[in-house]
Amino acid sequence: MDLLEYQGKQFFATFGIPVSDGRAVTTVEDAVAAANAVGYPVVVKAQVHAGGRGKAGGVKLATNEAEVREHAGNILGLDIKGHITRILWIENASDIAEEYYASFTLDRSAKKHLGMLSKEGGVEIEQVAVDNPDAIAKIWIDPVDGLSADVCRAWVKAANLNADVTEDAVELLCKLYTAYVEGDADLAEINPLIVKTNGRVHALDAKVTLDDNAEFRHEWDEYATTQVRDAREEAAHAKGLQYVGLEGSVGIIANGAGLAMSTLDVVNQAGGEAANFLDIGGGANAEVMAGALQVINDDPSVKSIFINIFGGITRGEEVAKGIIGALEMVDITAPIVIRLDGTNAEEGRALLAPHLSERLQSKPTMLEAAATAVALAKKN
Amino acid sequence: MSIFVDENTKVIYQGLTGSQGRFYGLRNRDYGTNVVGGTNPKKAGTDVDGIPIFANVGEAVAATGANASCIFIPAPGVRAAIMDAAEGGVEFIVCITEGVPAHDEAWFYNELKRDFPNVRLLGPNCPGIISPGKCNIGITAGEIAKPGGPVGIVSRSGTLTYQALYELKLQNIGVTTCVGIGGDPVPGTSFIDCLAAFEADPDTKAVMMIGEIGGSAEEEAAEFIKNNMSKPVVSYVAGVTAPPGKKMGHAGAIVSGGKGTAAAKMEALADAGVRVGKNPTEAGELMVEVVREHGWA
Repeated sequence: MDLLEYQGKQFFATFGIPVSDGRAVTTVEDAVAAANAVGYPVVVKAQVHAGGRGKAGGVKLATNEAEVREHAGNILGLDIKGHITRILWIENASDIAEEYYASFTLDRSAKKHLGMLSKEGGVEIEQVAVDNPDAIAKIWIDPVDGLSADVCRAWVKAANLNADVTEDAVELLCKLYTAYVEGDADLAEINPLIVKTNGRVHALDAKVTLDDNAEFRHEWDEYATTQVRDAREEAAHAKGLQYVGLEGSVGIIANGAGLAMSTLDVVNQAGGEAANFLDIGGGANAEVMAGALQVINDDPSVKSIFINIFGGITRGEEVAKGIIGALEMVDITAPIVIRLDGTNAEEGRALLAPHLSERLQSKPTMLEAAATAVALAKKN
Repeated sequence: MSIFVDENTKVIYQGLTGSQGRFYGLRNRDYGTNVVGGTNPKKAGTDVDGIPIFANVGEAVAATGANASCIFIPAPGVRAAIMDAAEGGVEFIVCITEGVPAHDEAWFYNELKRDFPNVRLLGPNCPGIISPGKCNIGITAGEIAKPGGPVGIVSRSGTLTYQALYELKLQNIGVTTCVGIGGDPVPGTSFIDCLAAFEADPDTKAVMMIGEIGGSAEEEAAEFIKNNMSKPVVSYVAGVTAPPGKKMGHAGAIVSGGKGTAAAKMEALADAGVRVGKNPTEAGELMVEVVREHGWA
């Protein structure tokens, strides 16, 4: 789950990381009140799940009430890479002496936490990594050891930050590591991490991605309300389905994440494009299948449906009964192609046989089924 | 022979008293696995269909001589369950549970390496392991696998593994061991661990490796194959058409920052001399070719 900037800053603040005083607002009047409360000059910042906000005109400095009114009015409703701005963050502007970069994330190859620190902040770190890789100081942290102040100090020195801020930086980075670990973040990034003209280090931005798997031990409900999903993903999520919306016209239902991904691939190889990724999990009973079909059926871009099931422990006849039951529950508009394979697949296909028609076809292999589903999508 | 588990493996099911644990524990026993006990601190002294329940893995090992455990505990309890198993003295831990926080996985991976270097963890979020005809730990349907050899399978994906087992069975090709390493960011056992074990196993003549998008495990495996494997490897990587920035079901299956694409993985594998199929069917056919060419089946 990606946090908006202001949520990330509030998240950081709970771990004692210095951030600017600010308020999240949704109207021009509240923006003005927030600016008066935090003190001028203020920065008016669009809160959307997209990068490049500054270039899009979504970040503006205001020195008085009239400017806040003007900028807030312009930015609310602004489309930034397809994301409409509904929330503004009004914060007290900082006097910046230097801009650094700091982050923690998991290095999957090393199976350790990776800290990255650079004195070249405020720009895209991926670009720094290409242009000047030596400017990024990296440390790998064993999760069992954690990050000690001594190790952190050596890291800060390796990054060649201004020596005057070493101790302040060490304190902030240790807090950032704690926030990353105890907060169950996949990514905790500050870019830029600034040194203010008064010599203090400070998180001027916050990019935080939380691990959805850890939600059981946190209170993240307020973050969930600002997540952007398309309507299809919202509906699927409500039914507990693993669904990702895509751009094509072949609706996909498969059991297992790997098989669902593979189904997308074979549809593509057959010359079509999938409308979605949907994993219904192992069971494939009638109720789950009906829910999946409902979500796919409600998507107007779907012109054909490809149900790709491999029966393992769930036997073919149970899968077939699930599909037949689901078809009785949902009135499907697009033609369906089923590929049923695995344990007792023949028994399953025999059960499906009396229900087959132009609208409901069964194919013995994944490739044939994909080709048929693609042809049907193109015809419709 | 087989790798990691065989007919001498004795397994404790942590969470045997739960609905999933009971269902698969009894299924595994029906298959022939030595299911010697279960754990549940609140139900010690009872049994599940004749299988004794102990308070913890240590007591279960002392009473039964178990050397492996299988975890069907909900995600919040997995970290404690894995440490219970390691401290209890088993050498092989299979964790089926999905949805384990990444920070927990990173922590217990390193904790095991440090204090329990002889313990192997498989998973979390994996279908388990089957040495057909000998031992089946986890949720794989045993009947879709043909015992024997000459093929070893290692996979990040559950259903694609079943698909591979089934296609080989239809061609009358047997499998020594099939390992599902799982789709999470920090798997306890890697492709390389399995490839090395298959390379050392005299009955495994060829290896089928099934990867998916995300991370760099397939690229690292390709490097290992190039330098260390004498046995032929056939591969398939799922997710060629997956868009960047979207998790495709598994926590680890995501293309981010242009890294972890299926195309890059397939290229790395092909460069290492691996025969790469562009879909599971083609990979199955390639494996049949390899086996027939060598007269192994």
